[in-house]
Amino acid sequence: MSSLDEIPVVSGAGAPASRELPLNGALESVLHEVRHALARLVGTGETTKIDLKSMPFGPGDLDRLIAFLGKGEVQASIEALGPTRVQETATAGVWLVDYLNSEAQRLALHLEIAHVPEILRPQPQDLDDAIAVLDARLNRVGGDPPPTS
Amino acid sequence: MAARNATEKTLGESLRERGVSRRGFLKFCAATASMMALPPSMTSTIAAALEQARRPSVIWLSFQECTGCTESLTRSHAPTVEDLILDVISLDYHHTLQAAAGEAAELARVQAMKAHAGDYLVVVDGSLPGPDSNPGYSTVAGHSNYDMLMETVEHAAAVVAVGSCAAFGGLPHASPNPTGAVSVLDVVKHKPVVNVSGCPPIPMVITGVLAHYLIFGRLPELDAYHRPLAFFGQSIHDRCYRRPFYDKGLFAKSFDDEGARLGWCLYQLGCKGPSTYNACATMRWNDGTSWPVEAGHPCLGCAEPSFWDAGGFYQALSVPTSASGMTVLGAGAAGALVGGAVAALAKRRTKAEEARRQPVTVDELEQKL
Repeated sequence: MSSLDEIPVVSGAGAPASRELPLNGALESVLHEVRHALARLVGTGETTKIDLKSMPFGPGDLDRLIAFLGKGEVQASIEALGPTRVQETATAGVWLVDYLNSEAQRLALHLEIAHVPEILRPQPQDLDDAIAVLDARLNRVGGDPPPTS
Repeated sequence: MAARNATEKTLGESLRERGVSRRGFLKFCAATASMMALPPSMTSTIAAALEQARRPSVIWLSFQECTGCTESLTRSHAPTVEDLILDVISLDYHHTLQAAAGEAAELARVQAMKAHAGDYLVVVDGSLPGPDSNPGYSTVAGHSNYDMLMETVEHAAAVVAVGSCAAFGGLPHASPNPTGAVSVLDVVKHKPVVNVSGCPPIPMVITGVLAHYLIFGRLPELDAYHRPLAFFGQSIHDRCYRRPFYDKGLFAKSFDDEGARLGWCLYQLGCKGPSTYNACATMRWNDGTSWPVEAGHPCLGCAEPSFWDAGGFYQALSVPTSASGMTVLGAGAAGALVGGAVAALAKRRTKAEEARRQPVTVDELEQKL
């Protein structure tokens, strides 16, 4: 029986070529920060967010960084105060989270080093409300009374 | 039960009433952290604080100004985080934006001052004629700028001076300062004053200061010029993407030479980045599209005091700012006789340039167009 390790990880089209692009000092610094954050995630479970919008990038630097990181297998979109696009990079655990407003203008752009990006997880208060909301709906359709926990 | 008025609601309640979900709120907080130059890891802290924050009352006073600061804040192409922040403060008086006019407008200011005494924020854009100047240079509803400012700040929690005119005197203060213009900090000594300088200031910095007050209930940490350190803590030069070219000694020497085309450092074209503290290099302008240095123009140093009188915009920082300065240097180095000769030479050159100058009339310009 084959193990998961034997399944090759396939990056998005163009990613391998883009990894050969020359990197300047600013990009290298960010990538080293990602490397340390990944080590912390593996070692202690600590998540890290890096605000790419606040970086002093030159023209084309951001595109170069995104091309270097490549595309992984997971994409997600959230509709709340405009779209938010989540893209796993070719490096597992490194996510690109792009917060846009309703006019598709960028509000923030984060690199999130985590098992799952925070914005994808249900918020604790929403979970608290979820049981009550579901109970109310079940009562409306005349189902059995829900068991109390 | 009587409905609570707008300033009694928490920000979380206000947003929820507008149909903003908790994920949307989290996104709002992520964008706010980015806007305030805070680390993204503070998003959860900001969410918890904003959830309970109450809408502060803001009174906005405009004095000797060009409305560029208000334009900076409001001229967005689409709803932005800045708009959201503006929606969640209670802007009770702004004579450019408010619908009311005349006595009704002034009444709104007085009512806001009474209703929120001790709690409201005063935002000022523009400098004002000082207490010893002719008040007639700038008045609002028959009141001198000075009287209106002092009356309004009396019961304010704090004052935010927006733009280089309010922060340092700006263009009205430029030599010979005909109106006797002074900054807010020159006359307001008994209240906390935050200077958000820039001509105009970056809109995200203006709202960032308001958001900081909203979130933490206090004003941000300030530098020696009373500017928030989060945005003015580093020089343009230190955060400039062209900095590596400076370190290697690679400079553009004119606006169309090889160095300019290759994106080299603009220091020798007069860039004031090394002596200017602002967030342009990271926050950029026009929804983060670009900023002057990226567009190929040197930084003018507009966020620094007296930037209009700091020598030519296109003179390198290492060049003395005036001919008289050169004369003094010359005299010191080689004696009064040589200094006198240098001064005479400078005078002769100025006269020659004046003689060569060919003024262009408006009619001639229109014919060319």
